Order: sequence, then structure tokens, then C-alpha cells
Amino acid sequence: MDSQAPILIVGAGQAGVQIADSLRQEGYTGDLLLIGNESHPPYQRPPLSKKWLLEPGALSALALRGADALQRRRIELKLDSEVTAIDRAASRLRFTNGEQLAYSKLALTTGALARALALPGASLGQVLSLRSIADSGAISAALRRCAAEGRPVVVIGGGFIGLEVAASARKLGAAVTVLEGLPRLMSRVTAPIVSEAFERVHRAHGVELVFGAQVTQLRGSAGCVESVCTADGREYAAGCVVVGIGVVPDDRLAAAAGLACDRGILVDDCARTSDPSIVAAGDCTARRLADGRLLRLESVQNAVEQAKSAAVALLGRERPFRAAPWFWSDQYDIKLQMVGLSHGYDQVVTRGDVQKPSFSAFYFRAGRLIAVDSLSRVQDHMQSKRLLDHGLSPTPEQAADPQFELQSLLREAKPATADGA
Amino acid sequence: MAQVTYIEPDGATRTLTLAAGTSVMRGAVDAGVEGVEAQCGGNCACATCHCYVQEPWLDKLPLPSDDETLMLTNVAAERRPNSRLSCQLIVEPGLDGLSVRFPDRQS
Repeated sequence: MDSQAPILIVGAGQAGVQIADSLRQEGYTGDLLLIGNESHPPYQRPPLSKKWLLEPGALSALALRGADALQRRRIELKLDSEVTAIDRAASRLRFTNGEQLAYSKLALTTGALARALALPGASLGQVLSLRSIADSGAISAALRRCAAEGRPVVVIGGGFIGLEVAASARKLGAAVTVLEGLPRLMSRVTAPIVSEAFERVHRAHGVELVFGAQVTQLRGSAGCVESVCTADGREYAAGCVVVGIGVVPDDRLAAAAGLACDRGILVDDCARTSDPSIVAAGDCTARRLADGRLLRLESVQNAVEQAKSAAVALLGRERPFRAAPWFWSDQYDIKLQMVGLSHGYDQVVTRGDVQKPSFSAFYFRAGRLIAVDSLSRVQDHMQSKRLLDHGLSPTPEQAADPQFELQSLLREAKPATADGA
Repeated sequence: MAQVTYIEPDGATRTLTLAAGTSVMRGAVDAGVEGVEAQCGGNCACATCHCYVQEPWLDKLPLPSDDETLMLTNVAAERRPNSRLSCQLIVEPGLDGLSVRFPDRQS
């Protein structure tokens, strides 16, 4: 291994940029190259399913760092570059154009791919999915066209992306049908009471929601989609179809190079892979938890915090990332903020007005708080985040009592946990 | 246009000229000012662009929205009377000379 060679970062998204930044903050002075396979400098993805669909704007508004910032930190960008293989024995990367680059250390931040619909007709025109800025532009144009032509938009998948796209389509004036295979919205991540609140809001905004919908094929003519068929024999007319059925961690390079992967590049809580010269962070990873479970998170916070750990690990030190995961989603005027992992909960209590909706769902397991979903309840979210990071828990009765100040638990605990998070 | 002076966590200062309508957070992120994370990209959803507004500017800024006030209740660094989220501070000519300091931690 050439210790004078640069640190290479494959993937110029949120995690890649953060590793580069953190390496400089941690004192790394060697060369640093951030490699991206798109032509755009690093940009934020969350707005692509939200604001950006309504008003695509200047790319600079999405920039994760300005050119000045990259220059100041001596982070070199290599865009439009597809890595084809990692040669671990020689510590080199190979590119599609035949080029090779040596590394001293390597970071993989390859992100995730939109899960493809493996059905007849899935490759018809105007069957769209969302991952990149180009995808967002195409969906935005399709929603506008459907609104103008009075043709319906069909969204396959009632998760975050599908619902954010549905909300945007309604705002743009298009008719929308959401086809969800399971009995409720966002069922993988929320309790029924939260799903039901979003169901009411989407219906109130005129979205047609179909549950238990098993899509069997897409039909079209002249290469363009015209309808979506389901197993119950129904056929939904479609001016465009947006597929939001989840993502697949992009571990292809890592797996081909023999790194341990399990639907994601396996990392520990310091972002280290099975190769001591290689770290990985963000959507492309699967993290082994203390209890042995594998955690795959697709979120900005996970990308940023894992990236900070990864940068420190590249310099031979440890910074375990164990903070409570958080996410957000904007649908109409509801700000959904989620913190913690609700998996395995045995009790849910609510605080606030469920009908409005302006409430939080507190998830407990064996009497301990494990997660909180807040709908337009910013204060609950912020306080719960601190509680979870400090390992503190209200009782279910306290959580459900709007008169009880969650903050008071932090104040009481302060002496014992001074600056714990 | 307005000049905004940033004080980084270690005390170093940087003065930038920003176009009206730009957020104080965006100006910092574009220029690589240290001490700001802005994980949510300006959606008032994460409180990782927390700053302390320097005298005499606090009273000259529009008041924080309810959401911003609530987000500020649990920022990672100490919350002070002059704490604001820099993504919610929008540059306008009347703020020429504005100065903010970023804390030593955002998350």
C-alpha cells in the first residue's frame, strides 16, 4: 500500500462529502479525492421528493457544499466517473474508461438504488422512480403534464417517497391514486395510529388510497404507460406512474471485491468494513447492532454521523455512532419528525390532538421509551431526541399527559449525565 | 447584498458578501465556514445550523417562527437568549454587517 497515495471516497453524496469534511477537521493533510458518477457537484437529496418537485430551482440551492468550501478544504472532485472494481490486493480503483487510481485508504459511500418493479411493462415510458436530481426533474415534469392534460398519476408504494410525491402531485393539481400492497401507509416504520392520521390527510386532499393492491402489470401503447393492473382485476388509468417501493443498498462494488455484505456493506458502529483499509457510510451500509440485529437506515443523519465515524476510523481512531436515528418527511403542511427505532414496541401512547393532526406517538418496549413519531409537534420531537440520546424514559402516563413537561426529566438527569450525548 | 461576518467555533472570523434572499446558513455552507452542519438543508427540521447572533443584531432580525423557537429548545450546544437557526435568517440589505457565531457542536 502506498501511504502517500490519496484517500479516495467513492460516492459524492451526503456521506461522501461529510467524510471528506471530517477528515480535514480531524487533521488529515494528505490528498483527498471525492469520486461521483453524476455530472453534478454533491447535492442534497431529501428536497427532491418535496419542494423540488413543486419548484425545481437553481442547482446551487441544493448544493451540499459550495465550490469555495471544497477548495478551502482541499477536497478534489472527480465527477462523471464510474468505478468498475476495487483491486484490494493492489489498493487501486479501476474506472470504466480504463483509468486506475491508487489509494492509501478507501471510503465507500455508494448510496442506494431505487428498488425496481420487476413486472411486465415496468420499462414503459413515464414509469418513473426517484433517486437523482434528473429523476426529480422528470417526475416534476410528468406531474405537471398530467395536471395539464387531466390524466391521473398512479403512485406505487405508500411509503415516504410515494406519499411525498402524491402530496406534491395534488399541490400541482393532478389526480392521484396511491397503490399500497399492505393494509396501511408507511407500515414498515410507524404505528397504525400514525398511518391512519396520514390516511385521513391524504384523502382530505383528494388522494385515492388503495390498500392490499397487488400490482400485476403495467400496460401502455406507443412505448408509454397508460394503466396499472392489479390482481383483483382492476385497471387504473395512468398518465404517469411513480414507483416508490423502497431502496436497495448499493453494495455491488464492495461485494465484488469480497468485502462482507448482507444487503448492504457490513460495518461496525465505527463504520469499519471487513477490510481495515476500507470504511463505508450512509445508505450503502448495514450496521451490526449490539444485539446482533442488522440495521439499514436511509437518512441524512445516518449518512452524516456514520461518515464522521468513518473519517475518524480512517485515521486509526474510534468514534462509535450510537445516537438515536431521526428522520423527517413533509406532506402537505404536516411536518413529520421521527426519532428512535420503533421495531418491537409493545405499547404506544399519544400526546396532543390526533384528529387535527398535531400529535406525537410514543413507542415503548417493556415500559422504556424507544421511539417517537411527531406530527407537527416540533417540541416533542426535539425533547424526545434528547431523552433517547441520554437513555432517559418518561412513563407512558407521563408521555400521554400534555401537562407533564418532558424537559423536566432532562433537568433532573443532568447532574448524572453531564454532557452525555 | 449584505456583508455577514461569521465567527467560527475556534474564534476565527470570515466575512462574506451575500445576495439578498440567501440564508445565513446557505452562505456559510457554500463558503465552507466551520461550525455549521445544516443536516436538513434548511427545512427547520434538525437544529444543526444553530448560531449565536452577535450584538447589536438580535433585535434587528425578524422574530423566530413558532417552529424555530421550538427547535431551539433542544439544540446540542448551550441555548442562549441570542440563539437562532441560521437557515431561518434571510439576508436583506438592512442586515448589512450582521455577525453570527457558530457553537462548537451541532449534533
